[in-house]
Amino acid sequence: MTTTVKAKENTLVVLQLTGGNDFMDTIIPYTNGIYYDSRPTLATDQNDVLPFTNELAFHPAFASLKKLYDEDKVAIIQGIGYENSSRSHFRAMDIMHTCEPIKIGTQGWLGRAIQEIDPQKKNVLTGVNIGRGLPRAMTLTGVPVASVGDLDNYGLMTSIEDAAYRSNMLDNFKNLYTQAIGSGPVSDFLGRTGNDILSSAELLKDVPSRYESTVEYANNPIAKSLRDVARIHTADMGTRIFYVQHGGYDTHADQGPNHPRLLKELGDAVYDFMQDLKEHDAAEEVTILIFTEFGRRMRDNGSGTDHGAGGGAFIVGESINGGLYGEYPPLDPSEWQDGENLKFTVDFRGVYATVLEQCLGLDPEPMVFGSYEQLKPYRNGSTE
Amino acid sequence: MTSEKCELIAHLYRRAGFGITKDELSALSSRNYEEIAESLLDPSQDSGVNIDTWRRYHNGAHHQIYRNEWIYKMVNTRNPLEEKMALFWHHVFATGQSKLEHPTVMGIQIDMLRRVGMTNFRDILVELSKDPAMIYWLDNSENHNGSPNENYGRELLELFSMGVGNYDEDDIKNASRAFTGWTFNQPVPIYPHGDYPATFKFDHDDHDFTEKTFLGETGNFNGEDIIDIIVKQPATARFVARHLYNFFVADEYQVPAWNENPPKDPEAIDLLAETFQKSHGDITRVMRVLLNSDFFKSSRFKKVKSPTEFIVGVLKLTGEYSDPTVITPDYGSMGTLMGQELLNPPTVEGWHTGLEWLDAGILSERVNFAVESVSDTSKTRVNQISQDENATNHLNDATADKIFDYCMGEFPGLSITEADKQRIYDTVETNTRDTKEKIVNYLQCIVSTPEYQLT
Repeated sequence: MTTTVKAKENTLVVLQLTGGNDFMDTIIPYTNGIYYDSRPTLATDQNDVLPFTNELAFHPAFASLKKLYDEDKVAIIQGIGYENSSRSHFRAMDIMHTCEPIKIGTQGWLGRAIQEIDPQKKNVLTGVNIGRGLPRAMTLTGVPVASVGDLDNYGLMTSIEDAAYRSNMLDNFKNLYTQAIGSGPVSDFLGRTGNDILSSAELLKDVPSRYESTVEYANNPIAKSLRDVARIHTADMGTRIFYVQHGGYDTHADQGPNHPRLLKELGDAVYDFMQDLKEHDAAEEVTILIFTEFGRRMRDNGSGTDHGAGGGAFIVGESINGGLYGEYPPLDPSEWQDGENLKFTVDFRGVYATVLEQCLGLDPEPMVFGSYEQLKPYRNGSTE
Repeated sequence: MTSEKCELIAHLYRRAGFGITKDELSALSSRNYEEIAESLLDPSQDSGVNIDTWRRYHNGAHHQIYRNEWIYKMVNTRNPLEEKMALFWHHVFATGQSKLEHPTVMGIQIDMLRRVGMTNFRDILVELSKDPAMIYWLDNSENHNGSPNENYGRELLELFSMGVGNYDEDDIKNASRAFTGWTFNQPVPIYPHGDYPATFKFDHDDHDFTEKTFLGETGNFNGEDIIDIIVKQPATARFVARHLYNFFVADEYQVPAWNENPPKDPEAIDLLAETFQKSHGDITRVMRVLLNSDFFKSSRFKKVKSPTEFIVGVLKLTGEYSDPTVITPDYGSMGTLMGQELLNPPTVEGWHTGLEWLDAGILSERVNFAVESVSDTSKTRVNQISQDENATNHLNDATADKIFDYCMGEFPGLSITEADKQRIYDTVETNTRDTKEKIVNYLQCIVSTPEYQLT
């Protein structure tokens, strides 16, 4: 159990469900005949669902998240989206990452947040992406973000197995890149960037050995990613924003077996993560935002569902006032968007603004490019 | 061959291609620079790449296939400038798979860029305007007589030829009207028929045949007429010249900054622009002047390697990917991780180059990829360089600097400071015992230097 000396700083974990999660099959309007009529092949059996109101139920595979909901830790945000939403994965995800629905943006809302939090770049671990490459959401020129594909084997020269050999190579690298500083703008930049890599690797290298937990996460990618978040967060590295992705939600076909599997993996991983944080007395300050780029088509296609709109989101945390937020998109066919999709009722930028201001204490307008109505999911107005 | 000549030819091949191995360099020793440059500009041979064989191993229409196919060509072509020029135009006419979702038309666009990339700018722009990928990318299929869509008209002027400040909004409107009807035949749907490419169609009934005024000239202009006028403009010559300089000579400001920031070498731009104008946009002629110029020859290591250049350079060094195999690593995805997803630039403005290619995560990926590649002694050239007795016997009991120089022979022109060299010698002495191990370790050290990130 780690004892923390620093004051707890609010931390945001953004969990992206990649592919377009079928919201209607996650939070199910189980008493509405339209659900069953629209989904002749895929509708979840009414007897299997886990109701929590007279009209809505959790998908049975999402039981772990319902457990958290019953503990009052989950805000379900119904029907998020934006005007003229895109049904292209790439475009829709870019829009969610950059908050630029019209022109194409290349810089991300979280990159802007990291810059605001740590403008002097004092901590190269202020923003951490779990996975290789960097999502556009965290990209902003000049803002260092650590991309941790493999926490147990992070950094440079990872292909060299012999520890002493590798250590010599890292010392050599440090020398080369430190010497480069001061010999011109390009060398300077290379030199500093090289040293940044070494700094983040140095900071992270003891994290695995310091971590102890009784929680046993499942053996799947999302569980492993959240465990990495837990390991870094409980090691007090000063990370304020984590980014994690769960893929596979683009269920055009075989949604029957696949969507429940994904929901179970997701729910269990989030539940285990919350337990782990609690065990380390590191849960109060953490907010998890789970989102997806769009919802899916009202009618199934016989095997799955095609791209739609009105995906939902979840905000999870110890400080959350659990419950339903926004409105469930109207199910009457006369109100379907473009005659085939769920309408949105909450602008996604309002959700972002909510966590930016109420979790991270930042002014959201320059980050989401505008003023959007926020929700009030925190018990005390914000995590204080 | 003198070392000066070696270094110059290596520089030429890094810029006009993707690098050169020691053996390739030796094969050129009897020819002079001008001859070598000429054979790049005007190859008398075909590329030597048997893509049908490659396609037997990797077939399909997924965009991963097309990227990896292109990388295969870059590694193995006998005419590297062809591929480099296609990459140059891909940078400029940035068209992205993410909107198209039709990988085959992206592959066809790249083939077109390769085919016409060294001809003249007029033909290049005409082919581009008829390219279905480009038409869809910039919405020209929505550009109708009576209700024009200005996206292509605007970007043609702003990003593909003249640059902001050299035309006005009316010019954009009229250019757009001239391109009405330039559309494509809707292909059959991917589901269930498969990826059949769209083909260009001039829709006579949707074209605005009326009078237009464009850059001071008036007539019933069609798209080709607009292009003719564009190519004549001094602004076009300058814009293309700056692009060529930024890509082939030295890292410059990003395009949006060009109006505020003059070129770093104005005389070089003047020369290239003048050549462009005099030759009516003959790209081969302009490149001939560029490759033979003093400003080019003295620009060694003044560019940061793009991810593609970095990856292909390592592949040439190690000798891998010279033949297709059943399981080929996905080099295209490696490029994506490093910030350059071929066939999918982030926006029509293309990739930001120079130092903007790099951040800590990307630098990590680059160094790790290079080190891991040269550590694998089963790779053809790594084996040749480090394990082959004939090559290495003379180095047994040699001093550190001799072995180091032998390894540096694979990197002509790369220069490491004395202090850094001494440090590298110490590292290798500590790490290794026999000659073969030392060679591998020296290679690992060299590819992890800051200098190796540059070209």
